[in-house]
Amino acid sequence: MPDLDYRQKAWSAALIVLFFVAWELFCLMTGMSDLVLPRPSQVFVTLFEKFPILWPHILQTLATTMIGFVLGVGLGVVLGAVIGVSKTAYDTAYPLLVGFSSKPKIAVVPIFVLWFGAGTVPAILTSIAISIFPVVVNVSTGLATTEPELEDVLRTLKAKKFDILWNVGLPRAMPYFFASLKVAVTLAFVGTVLAETVASNRGIGNMMMIASSTFNVPLVFAGLFVLATLGICLYVGFSLTEKHFTGWAHRKSEIVTV
Amino acid sequence: MMRMQPHSEFSGLPVPASAAPIAIELSEASVTFGRGARAVPALATTSLRIADGEFVALVGPSGCGKSTILRLVSGLVQPSTGVVIVGGREVAARALRVGMAFQNPTMLPWMTIERNIMLPLKIVEPFRSQFRKLRKTEFRDKANALLEQVGLKGFGNRYPWQLSGGMLQRANLCRALIHEPRMLLLDEPFGALDQFTREELWSILQELWIAHKPTVLLVTHDLREAAFLGSRICVMSARPGRILDDSRVTFARPRTVAMTFEPDFVALNQKLRAFIEDARTASRDALAAQGTA
Repeated sequence: MPDLDYRQKAWSAALIVLFFVAWELFCLMTGMSDLVLPRPSQVFVTLFEKFPILWPHILQTLATTMIGFVLGVGLGVVLGAVIGVSKTAYDTAYPLLVGFSSKPKIAVVPIFVLWFGAGTVPAILTSIAISIFPVVVNVSTGLATTEPELEDVLRTLKAKKFDILWNVGLPRAMPYFFASLKVAVTLAFVGTVLAETVASNRGIGNMMMIASSTFNVPLVFAGLFVLATLGICLYVGFSLTEKHFTGWAHRKSEIVTV
Repeated sequence: MMRMQPHSEFSGLPVPASAAPIAIELSEASVTFGRGARAVPALATTSLRIADGEFVALVGPSGCGKSTILRLVSGLVQPSTGVVIVGGREVAARALRVGMAFQNPTMLPWMTIERNIMLPLKIVEPFRSQFRKLRKTEFRDKANALLEQVGLKGFGNRYPWQLSGGMLQRANLCRALIHEPRMLLLDEPFGALDQFTREELWSILQELWIAHKPTVLLVTHDLREAAFLGSRICVMSARPGRILDDSRVTFARPRTVAMTFEPDFVALNQKLRAFIEDARTASRDALAAQGTA
């Protein structure tokens, strides 16, 4: 198994390198202007040179995203638990949830700006608004689909509702929860950058807006690269945590050794 | 081989009142699922008294409400009419120590076998308040002692999916017993096992019962199992179930598998079989009558 694992990782890395090489060659061969599509090498150079300028923006975006993400997930778990423990609440609230989660999130940014002014607050709120729904939907679904037989084990012991939730419901919902975390963390980035581009004077989104208005296209792409890297790092981080906590749900078929 | 005592008391006569205190009492209890036109009667009005320390086996055709009685006693189902008293109190208000095992082993998949077995200790007092302190020492030893008793020594740190069905059912029995319940409710716990494992577990269960004398209510399809384990057998009619016959089994204990092939034992089995056969025919006739009416 580990051999295969490493081989697959090597292929993934090779694919990324290949992607950049192909991009570079494409630009060189077609003589593409760097105002339209800069070469990756240019982007990396810009990234390196402008890093001192980029760094505060990176921190700003990362901090905003993480605050929004943590609050969004926290609220999402609570809300999901409340909705998920009762079948009636689940059936009643689900249409409303779907309605909220399917609205285009960009539409709420002007409202937040109207309420709280331009700056960090609307960005945090947008990333909360965008990352909360996958968590609510998944946690409540995980809880609502818990096999009653599993709960009966505790119910016959006269366990309190909270004990059942804590010992059966929540662990059972963990795979659903972690699946939603991976979605939520990337969405939280989308929310932050969205709000930053619309109404903020700091952050990667804002920096990219300014760079594009001065036709500093390599810097715009440098911003994109930074966002992609941050997204990948957080995604990987949560995947590892997920493996640790929900290994039981992701097991491969193993031969029973008796 | 010791000679079995005759089962003269197995006669369909009411069971004489016992001196032991009553552990479980159903008085005029019935259960109906759903309401109005879609109501399904699961259990007809039933009265049943079980004394402390008795081993009662409930047999009957499938779907007759045997499991419903068990679920009534465990408090998972509320009676539609009548009263269910367990340990001197109405079921809903009770915090009595009960161990329950279903046909499905229902081990929680994210816990090791050991932690699954220790689950009741995490929930039920007086163990609950000591759980944090003792879970790595005394409680773990307790779990492993039980595992050893059912032949699962060394499997405590496995996960449920790493064990076979028979092994899971053994673990299930451990989980029902770990909090030293005064009452054991078993819903066809050996139903899905092969003959040999089943007979082995009968003997283990019998040993445990002789040692601790808990009140046991065992629901089973297997007449041999009922006669091997039960001190008393209740035969139920087809749905909606009621108790057709309630009699004592007086074979000496500890009973052995070899005894189940002796004439007295076989005769008892046949008697039980006849009861259930009649109940099945009666219900089929009733259904046919409904169809033609």
